[in-house]
Amino acid sequence: MLPPNPIKIGAAALGAALISLSPLASSEAQGEELTLCWAAWDPANALQELGKDFTAQTGIEMNYEFVPWTNFADRFLNELNSRGQLCDLLIGDSQWLGLGAEFGHYVKLNEFFEEEGIRMEEFLPAGVYNYATWPKGEPEYWALPAMGDAVGYVYRKDWFERPELQAAFEREFGSELAVPETWDELLQVAKFFQGRKIDGRERYGIALYTERGSEGITMGITNALYSWGVEYADPQNPYEMEGFFDSPEAVEALEFYKELYECCTPPGHSDAYMVANLDAYRSGQVAMQMNFFAFFPGIAKDEDVGDVSGFFVNPRQNVEASVLGGQGISVVSYSDNQEAALEYIKWFAQPEIQQRWWDLGGYSVHNSVLEAEGFEESTPFAGQFLEAMSNVRDFWQEPAYAELLQAMQRRVHDYVVADEGTAEEALDKLIEDWNFTFEMEGKK
Amino acid sequence: MSTPKPQAPRPRRRGFSDRSLAWFFVGPSVLLLLAINIFPLVWNIYLSFTNYAANRPGTPVRGMGTRNYERLLSQEDVWESLQHTAHFVTWSIALQVLLGFGLAWLLSRKFRGSGLWTTLIVLPMMLSPAVVGTFWTYLFQPQIGIFNAIVGLFTGTTEFSMIANPNLAPWAIVLVDTWMWTPFIMLICLAGLNSVPRDLYEAAEIDGASSWRQFWTVTLPMVLPFLMLAVLFRGIENFKMFDMVNELTSGGPGSVTELANIYLKREAFEKWRTGYAAALAVILFVTVFGFANIYVKVWNAVKQR
Repeated sequence: MLPPNPIKIGAAALGAALISLSPLASSEAQGEELTLCWAAWDPANALQELGKDFTAQTGIEMNYEFVPWTNFADRFLNELNSRGQLCDLLIGDSQWLGLGAEFGHYVKLNEFFEEEGIRMEEFLPAGVYNYATWPKGEPEYWALPAMGDAVGYVYRKDWFERPELQAAFEREFGSELAVPETWDELLQVAKFFQGRKIDGRERYGIALYTERGSEGITMGITNALYSWGVEYADPQNPYEMEGFFDSPEAVEALEFYKELYECCTPPGHSDAYMVANLDAYRSGQVAMQMNFFAFFPGIAKDEDVGDVSGFFVNPRQNVEASVLGGQGISVVSYSDNQEAALEYIKWFAQPEIQQRWWDLGGYSVHNSVLEAEGFEESTPFAGQFLEAMSNVRDFWQEPAYAELLQAMQRRVHDYVVADEGTAEEALDKLIEDWNFTFEMEGKK
Repeated sequence: MSTPKPQAPRPRRRGFSDRSLAWFFVGPSVLLLLAINIFPLVWNIYLSFTNYAANRPGTPVRGMGTRNYERLLSQEDVWESLQHTAHFVTWSIALQVLLGFGLAWLLSRKFRGSGLWTTLIVLPMMLSPAVVGTFWTYLFQPQIGIFNAIVGLFTGTTEFSMIANPNLAPWAIVLVDTWMWTPFIMLICLAGLNSVPRDLYEAAEIDGASSWRQFWTVTLPMVLPFLMLAVLFRGIENFKMFDMVNELTSGGPGSVTELANIYLKREAFEKWRTGYAAALAVILFVTVFGFANIYVKVWNAVKQR
């Protein structure tokens, strides 16, 4: 039995009253406007620009609801849970696909794709797997891959190239100051820059993800865990985590990340995510920053640091792997404008629109864009983007992902930032939390 | 002499009786109270015995008996958050009482500019707690924050970090709350101090009581009911604290400033364990309600002394 939802009843009554009084309640407006919901960041501006073409072509007006990343999940998951009609189209996180599909928030797109000749084979397989399918890898589509993304790194190319710094690095470490290819090298380079005076100012090694509230530190630490080759669970038994997520490699990766945080981040960098890292880098505090590729077009164009920045993918340790970012675009099942929303998806899936999306600063994962001649040279980070997307891994995409994520945020922040307990203890507690969640889900 | 005719009872006037008129006026308020206070409370208690998750429309809701409560009370994380709350409430109120009473004592001795000082001192409590939390993150910023510059002046450190340090962060939230709410205690104490009749002091002076003796036997007993009222308000408010701390530290580093209400919010709206969070809300409500009731009884006894 479902309890009647009093909030919803109240909100519906209030909403109905307001709508009936609103001048916008004319039937004429129905179906001619679409609201697209996403995060407030650089690619969203590019998408807004791109949307003008859609309006010009179809006459459908586009409205946008962009919310900062730190409130993004709260805001839009609330909207979905309350079956709200704010969003007709939602570019939701890849981890939301499970709950979007299982709880009926998203419209299933298989039939539509078939009717309109939209073929998933035309998109990067990693994009389709992570941004469109649920259950994972099954040909059941709940979104169109919209924005490919992964975590990468930006570094101060000009500092790396300075002869006096190169000489100092060689004296200190006996090797060349170069873009780090392993986590050991990353630590070395970060240590080298930490506290070093460059142009009369004290600089620091690296801006890492350490944020506690939403998903920051998990998105940071998984870079290390994946590079150490850590699996979430037994591949033969997907919810058996003992011996996998608490393996010696996992412990080593977690300890390594803590060491990197403690030795080589700017003072007070204890609750930092995308924007804080961008600020630390743009203001010249750090030699390197960890951040999503989505920000790289903005950095490349930046007046102060654009010309002096280089880009690299997540360093390997035992294996090559990158943390997945990016999202698919879904039609919200509570929308009254589903036809127009599907029209948008059809328009957006066209190769020429995907190319324009890339040109404007969005990250298309359409093969026609990625395989086009000269793609790798089209931006200073296009090659790295392709490399990262070839080995991306994602967090749990389970319907209970929010619970799983929050447990990880707490356990790893307690260990890495608040210096509580050991890496083994943190991982043991985390597995205990996850076991409880999966037991409640009836999956264990 | 004719006996007066007994008067016939007056015919009842048409319209509302006093009782119905009273209900007519009070009714809407009662309905509103039921709708926005009592019903949600009862609903919350009901949810606390279920496995309801607000992010899972369509999922059957199962009764859990008292399992949510059992799990909560055996969770180390819950007790930790209650300890953090106790630390925050105790220290912030102790400091606010000391400072607030001290300031009120000074300001009660009228001097030139005392009005202006009173106005300046009460400014922090006019601000929104979320705004205070946000701008203190800048003041505490290790490289450019004013707070750190001041600490640096005395200690010589250049990169002192208040909210990133797990040992200092619990004190950072106490400090900010004290900065914001000391004026509140001060104002109430000031009202208490101004209400003490002057003749009590005159009588004490005639009896040869020293200033210290006057303070302990006249001032403090007279101001105590006011002070206790202020402590009650601040105690309840700080037990429920969310916004300022959420903006300032997000409960971190790690979980060292994760107060009970921040923990509750995470369970309810980030992990979406609605039934479980509802049980925690009931426990917090009963705790604060119980403490407040005992406190009010003591307060009444103090007033009647």
